[in-house]
Amino acid sequence: MTKSTSTLNAGDPVISLHNVSKWYGQFQCLHNVSLDVGKGERVVVCGPSGSGKSTLIRCINRLEVHQEGQIVVKGLEMTDNIKSIDAIRRNIGMVFQNFNLFPHLTVLENLTLGPTLTRQMKKADADELAMHFLRKVRIPEQAQKYPLQLSGGQQQRVAIARSLCMEPEIMLFDEPTSALDPEMIKEVLDTMIELAQSGMTMIVVTHEMGFARTVADNVVFMADGRKIESAPPEEFFGNPREERTRAFLDQILKH
Amino acid sequence: MTTASPQFPAALPAYDPLARISAGDWLKKNLFGSVWQGLLTLITAAIFLRFAWFVLDWGVINAVWYTSDPDVCRAAAGACWAVIVEKHRPMLFGLYPYDEHWRLVLMMAIYLVTIVVSLMPRNWNLRLLVPLWVIAVVSIGVLMFGGVLGLRYVPTSEWGGLPLTMLLFTGTVLFGMPVAVLLALGRRSPLPVARGVSVVFIEALRGVPLITILFVAVNVFPLFLPAGVEVNKLLRITIGIAIFFACYQAEVIRGGLQAIPRGQYEAAASLSLTYWQTTRRIILPQALRICLPAITNHIIAAMKNTSFVIIIGLFDILTATTAVMQDPLWRKFYVEAYLFVAGVYLFFGYALSLYARKVEGWIASGRI
Repeated sequence: MTKSTSTLNAGDPVISLHNVSKWYGQFQCLHNVSLDVGKGERVVVCGPSGSGKSTLIRCINRLEVHQEGQIVVKGLEMTDNIKSIDAIRRNIGMVFQNFNLFPHLTVLENLTLGPTLTRQMKKADADELAMHFLRKVRIPEQAQKYPLQLSGGQQQRVAIARSLCMEPEIMLFDEPTSALDPEMIKEVLDTMIELAQSGMTMIVVTHEMGFARTVADNVVFMADGRKIESAPPEEFFGNPREERTRAFLDQILKH
Repeated sequence: MTTASPQFPAALPAYDPLARISAGDWLKKNLFGSVWQGLLTLITAAIFLRFAWFVLDWGVINAVWYTSDPDVCRAAAGACWAVIVEKHRPMLFGLYPYDEHWRLVLMMAIYLVTIVVSLMPRNWNLRLLVPLWVIAVVSIGVLMFGGVLGLRYVPTSEWGGLPLTMLLFTGTVLFGMPVAVLLALGRRSPLPVARGVSVVFIEALRGVPLITILFVAVNVFPLFLPAGVEVNKLLRITIGIAIFFACYQAEVIRGGLQAIPRGQYEAAASLSLTYWQTTRRIILPQALRICLPAITNHIIAAMKNTSFVIIIGLFDILTATTAVMQDPLWRKFYVEAYLFVAGVYLFFGYALSLYARKVEGWIASGRI
């Protein structure tokens, strides 16, 4: 039998969601959502709050469990099997709205924990890798500090560096700038733009439409747990097909 | 307009944070602010002075400090501290053979050095602590039991006094804490069996008095063992106290676990850490820091619970003192003897709470 990852052909999507549905009790929060993301593709997911966009990307690395449909990452289907969950998570980095750094560890320890524990990296190598990514996000001088000693923007950049230390092929961003003060949003977005330019496959849930315009290959609009439309940014912003999309864009772009 | 309007009251006098307050002002403000307050101050001071005078008069001025003749004490109006000098050895060492008491002194010295070294953060590396504890446990075992190196064998039934209290207490904490952590984790586990076992265990044992558990451990438990198999009584009672301790401590730790935000678990999951990696490296270090004050509370309680060994006829420091005070010549001075025991408990209890406060400081300053 061939290994499941070898069934992936060039040009196949690295992430493929097919008719994914999810319920919280009686309430259906995802309705048959399908989405394909190719290698190096940047997808921005937007929509009003409660539209299921966070839930959708959290299903991709199994922070939420979908009940129907298929989620395939690099040819491997996400199932209850711990091994498949683990294999998929190793390929996916995630950045959260509230950073979720480990407050009892220094910045450097936050970054090296994953590589030393799950990738059996030697401490010296992990330190070197961590410093490399801290330089990338431009805060190498904060390595010995604790997360709560940093500003929100710096914390979020540490969180991005922490994910990158796992050297994932895909990065998920769950409203990465929503908890930040306005003057810190730019530094985080700049980091994300650089990451996009380096060819990382990214799915970003965000309300930052400027970011979507700059880096997205595809913008997905969700409402009430449904994917309403998806289009490249110029088309999405210039000529939205659906009434709900237009209403949403009117609201967030007007001021 | 010269008077302040109700909407705009006159400004308060400027507040000067550096202003010194005179002693007279302080007294007036804090102790004699009003007639009623002044009266209360005077009454409280009178009661306090009366008590302080009693302590001084009874405990120091008229006290007998050193005599081997109880009649001297009887003739005195004050405390008879001589009883402690006279009886300290059976009180501190219980039934342990008199000529072997030096072994217990040595044991306590080793014990205290080991504990003090282990509690200092700069010594927290396994390369030091593992050999230290191996040496300490072996040498304490040799000293207490004997039977080798020309030392006379002393069975656990003759152990007693302060060393017994120390051993029971240490055994309780060392065995009880890991069990408490496992029970707390089990109670929050998604696995129904682990959760069920933990809930039943905690609720059943927390619901009965400690004395019941010890009675079961001592009298009922042996009935379930196959004939010929015997588990040492001292070990059984230590496990009994430890499990009781663990059930309470588990609920404290569960409180700490519940305070950890879900995002911490999610971040760990996204780094594909396993359950045990997440628990050990992310969750427990934070949870235990949060509930440290309550953990300390139960540890101090556990120290005093060791006195329950009275029910299996072992003589810890409290029971040993009670036994010693049966001596008809000295029994009149039991108050002094118990005050001494209280002092010993207070010393260790207060040392524990001072240490815990220190640890809280270290945590707050990010040192640990």
